Amino acid sequence: MKFERRLLLRERGTGVFEKLWQIPWVFVLLLCAVAGVGYVALYSAGGGAPDPYAGRHAIRFGFGLVMMLSIALVDIRLIARFAWVGYALGVGLLVLVALHGQVGKGAQRWIDIGPVQLQPSELMKIMLVVALASWFHKASWERIGNPLFLIPPIIAVLVPAALIFKQPNLGTSLITLMIGGAVFFAAGVRLWKFALVVGAVAIAAPIVYESLHDYQRARITTFLDPESDPLGAGYNIIQSKIALGSGGFWGKGFLQGTQGHLNFLPEKQTDFIFTMLAEEFGLVGGLSVLGLLASVIAFGFLVALRSRHQFGRLLAVGLATNYFLYVFVNIAMVTGSIPVGGVPLPLISHGGSAMITVMIGFGLLMSAHVHRDAEMGTERGDS
Amino acid sequence: MSRKQREEERVRGIFGRRALLLGAGQMGLLGFLAHRLHTLQVDEGERYATLAEENRLSARLLAPPRGRVLDREGRVVAGNQLNWRALLVAEQTSDVSATLETLTKIIPLTDAERARIEREVRRRRRFVPVVVREFLSWEEMARIELNAPDLPGISVDVGTTRIYAEGEHLAHIVGYVAPPAERDMDGDPLLELPGIRVGRAGIERHHDLALRGRAGAVQLEVNAVGRVIRELDRREGVQGQDVQLSVDAELQKSIRGKIEEGTSVVLMDARNGELLAMATQPSFDPNVFNSGVSAAQWREWTANRATPLINKATNGLYAPGSTFKMVVALAGLEARAVAPGERISCPGYMDLGDTRFHCWHRPGHGGMDMRTGLKLSCDVYFYELAKRVGMDRIAAMARRFGLGVPLEIELPGTRPGLVPTREWRQAQGKPWALGDTVVHGIGQGFYQLTPLSLATMTARLATGRAVQPHLTRAIGGRPVRGVRAEDWPSLGIPDRDLRLVREAMWAVVNEQGGTARAARLPPEIGTMAGKTGTTQVRRVSREQRERGFRVDQMPREWRPHALFVAFAPVENPVFAVSVVVEHGTSGSGAAAPLARDVLVEAFQRLRPGQGGPAARVAEAPRSPIPPVRP
Repeated sequence: MKFERRLLLRERGTGVFEKLWQIPWVFVLLLCAVAGVGYVALYSAGGGAPDPYAGRHAIRFGFGLVMMLSIALVDIRLIARFAWVGYALGVGLLVLVALHGQVGKGAQRWIDIGPVQLQPSELMKIMLVVALASWFHKASWERIGNPLFLIPPIIAVLVPAALIFKQPNLGTSLITLMIGGAVFFAAGVRLWKFALVVGAVAIAAPIVYESLHDYQRARITTFLDPESDPLGAGYNIIQSKIALGSGGFWGKGFLQGTQGHLNFLPEKQTDFIFTMLAEEFGLVGGLSVLGLLASVIAFGFLVALRSRHQFGRLLAVGLATNYFLYVFVNIAMVTGSIPVGGVPLPLISHGGSAMITVMIGFGLLMSAHVHRDAEMGTERGDS
Repeated sequence: MSRKQREEERVRGIFGRRALLLGAGQMGLLGFLAHRLHTLQVDEGERYATLAEENRLSARLLAPPRGRVLDREGRVVAGNQLNWRALLVAEQTSDVSATLETLTKIIPLTDAERARIEREVRRRRRFVPVVVREFLSWEEMARIELNAPDLPGISVDVGTTRIYAEGEHLAHIVGYVAPPAERDMDGDPLLELPGIRVGRAGIERHHDLALRGRAGAVQLEVNAVGRVIRELDRREGVQGQDVQLSVDAELQKSIRGKIEEGTSVVLMDARNGELLAMATQPSFDPNVFNSGVSAAQWREWTANRATPLINKATNGLYAPGSTFKMVVALAGLEARAVAPGERISCPGYMDLGDTRFHCWHRPGHGGMDMRTGLKLSCDVYFYELAKRVGMDRIAAMARRFGLGVPLEIELPGTRPGLVPTREWRQAQGKPWALGDTVVHGIGQGFYQLTPLSLATMTARLATGRAVQPHLTRAIGGRPVRGVRAEDWPSLGIPDRDLRLVREAMWAVVNEQGGTARAARLPPEIGTMAGKTGTTQVRRVSREQRERGFRVDQMPREWRPHALFVAFAPVENPVFAVSVVVEHGTSGSGAAAPLARDVLVEAFQRLRPGQGGPAARVAEAPRSPIPPVRP
C-alpha cells in the first residue's frame, strides 16, 4: 500500500504551479502577521510614525517575502547538493569579518556590502543546519552510533561557533552550539553522548569564564543582581522590567508607552521591542504575540514530522529551533530571566540582517515542505 | 520491506519521538516565558507601574519672590531687583564658538570668560544652560534680545537679587541676605533651591520666615536624561510678606549726615516704643553681599577701628555717666532714703575712708535738693544718695527701666548690657566695697549700657510705662500688636516721683544753670527735657589733676564720651532720644546740641499733634505732668 502511494506521489507534477499550490499559505499568513506586529511596534517606537523604522521594516519584509517564496520553489535536492558549499561560504564570510569587518558597538560582527549590512553569524547558523541535515541524511542508526561518524559534524559545529565567539559574540556562539545540539539530538545521536557533553561543559565553565571579556562577565553579575549597577549594565534590565511590568494586564495603550517614549527604555526598536509591545498592549498583547511566535515554531516542527526524508526533517527541526532560540533568548532577556544576550526578535525588531537571514531560513523550510515527498538519495550512495 | 526501508523507519521513529520531545521542550520554555510575563505584569504590575511613574515624574519647587522691607512711609528699603542673565544652551546652537564670537560684539567677553564658558559647556549635558553673564544692564539685555536671531543658543533669563536702596544708611537695621548655610537649614524645601537667600542679620534675619514665603511646586514629566517634556501640575506658593518698619528712611539719612564716626543716635516714639531712627557711623553697604564679599572687602571692614559692621546703637557698650542719675534718684525716692526737699551739701568732694571722691564742679554746689541736684548734675549729691540706697536697689530700679536686661527689639545679637550687683561682683570672686557703690551712683563703674537701652530708659521715664523698643509696624499689611500706648504695662513708680524727675530734666535744658541750657529747642518747636552725661574713658590721676590737666587737650581716644538723653514735648512726650558721642568730651557740649538738632528735624518731618505722620500712631493719653513753670 505504501509503495503504491509513493508511486502516486511521484507522479504528482513538479511544475511551478503545483509547487505554488504546495506552499503553506497559512504559514505565510502567520509570518505576515508577525511582521505586522513588528510594524505596529516599530510605528510606536518611531514616535508614532512610519519613519524611521516601520516603513523600512515593511519594505524589507516585502523583499524578504519574495526571496522566501523564490527559495521555496527551489528543489530541495538542489539545496542538499550544495549544502557544504553553503557551509563553506558561511565560514568564509566569518573569516572575512574577522579580518576586515566593520567595527560596531565594540564588536567585529558586520560586513558592509554597499547599503546592506550583513551579519555572517546569522547566515552561518542557517548554513550549518543545512550542512548538518545533509550529513545525517540517510545515515543508518548504526552509523549514527559510531563516534567516528560524528567527528566531522562536531568540528563543523565548533568551527563557526569558535569564530563567532571570537568576534566576540558569546550569545550567538552559544546559540550556534545549541542549534547543532538540537540537530544532533533529532538525528538520533545516542543520549549518553549528550550527558558527556553536559559533564564536559560543567568542567569547562570556569575556564570559559576566565576568558570572558569584562562586559560579558558584568552581564552575568548584573543578571544575578541588576540593582548592583542600576545606572550601568543593570540599567537595561531594570528599565525593561519596569516598562514591561507597568503595562499591566491590558497595557497602556497604543503609542501610550511612557517608558519607551521618554527614552527610559534603551534600544526599544531592536532588542527591547517586545518590551515596548508588552508595555503598550499589556499581558494580553504579550501573550498573543508569544502565541503567534509559538505557532510559527510549531509549524516548523509540523513540517519536520510530515517530511518523508531525513534531510527535510532535520532541516525543519534545525530551522525551527533557530527561530525558537531567537524568540526565547530575546524575550527571556527582556523579562530579566537570563543575562542580557543582545539578540533581536526577527520579523519584529528593526534591522535587516536578522530578518533577511530568517526569511532565507523560512524559505528553506518551505522548500522542505513543498518537496516533502521528494526522493532523495545520499551523495555517498546507499549505505 | 527492504533493510533500507526498515532502517529509514527506525530512524524516522526515533526522530519522531525526539522531535516531539524537542518541540515539547521548546513549547514548555515558551510557557515559562508566558509565566514570567504574568509575574511581571500582573503579580508585580503595580510595583512596576509605580516605578515607571517615578521614572518620569519630577517635582520642582518654585521660589516665590522675597517680601520687601519698607520704611514708615512705604519707601522700599530692601527690594528685589531683576537680575538679567545671559544663558547659553549648547544643544540649540551648532557652533558654540561662533555664537560666542557674535556675542562678544554685543557684550564684550574676556578670554577668561570665554574659556570658562567653553569649559562648562563641555562638562555639562548639552541641554543644560550655562550662565554667560549675570547682572546685565537693561541695555545689554535689550541688545541681546534684539540680536537673538544671530545668537543661536543664547537666551536671556531673569532672576532676582536683593537690592538695598538706601545702602549703608539702614544697613544695621535691615541687615542683609546670604545663601543658606548648614545651620540655617530648618527643613524648608525652599532652602534647597539654587539662588535662594536667607536673612543673615537685622530685620532680614528676624523676619526671615515671613519674608521668605512658601515654595510652590510644579510637577514635570521628564525623560531619561532629565529633560523636561511638559508640565503636569502646578501649585502656587505663598509670596513673601512685606515688612514695614517704624523707621523713617529720610530722617535716618538726614541724621546720619549730621554725625561723626563713633556717634549713635536713637530716636524713639516714647508712647509706643517704635524706633523712628537708629543712626550710627560708620556703616557698611549691604549690597556688597549680593555678589559675595571679597576677602579684601572683609579685611577692610574688620581692620577699621571704627567697626563699621557693628551697630553701635545696639551693641556699643558705655557707662552712662550722669544720664543714669534719674534712676538713682528714683531708687532713692522709692527706698525713702531721701526726701525730695531734703538738702544735701556739696563742698566739691566727698570723703569715704581715705578716698576722696570729687564733684565735677570743683568749688562745689553748696546745699541742694533733688531737683537742683539733677539740674546741676551734682556728683556729691548722688554719691551720698547711692551710699544710702545701696547698689542692689539701684540695680533693681535700673532693670525696670530696661537697663542691663534684654529688650524686645527685632535685631538679633543686640546686647542687653550690664548693670552690676554685689552678687554679680562676688560671683567673680571679688568684693564689693562701699566705694564702688558711691562711684556707681554717678553712672561710672562697671556699667555697660547701649544707646538703645538709654533711649528706652528715657521713654519709660517720659511715659511711666514699660515700653519696649521695636522696629516693625506691619507684616504683610497687618499691623503688629503693641502699637498703642495702652498696651504697655505701667512701671509701677509713683506718679509724683516721676513728675519730680521729669521736672528736673526740664530744668536741665530750660532753666538758667541747667547743664544743657544751650541746647534748648527753639520755642516754636516746643520744649524738651533731658540729661547730660560725660563718662571717663581714662582715669585722670591726682597728679595730672594738680597740673591742671585739660580734658580737651587729651588725645582723642582718651577723651571722655559725651552722652545726652531727652524727651519732647515735655507736656505730652512723643519723642525720646539718646545720643552717644564717643570721645565727645562733654555731654552738654557735643551730645546735647546734636539731640536738639535731631528733635527739631523730627518735629518738622513728623509733625506730631498736627496730623503729621507721627500722629497716625494711636494717640496716647495725656501725660500727667502739670504745666511747667516758664
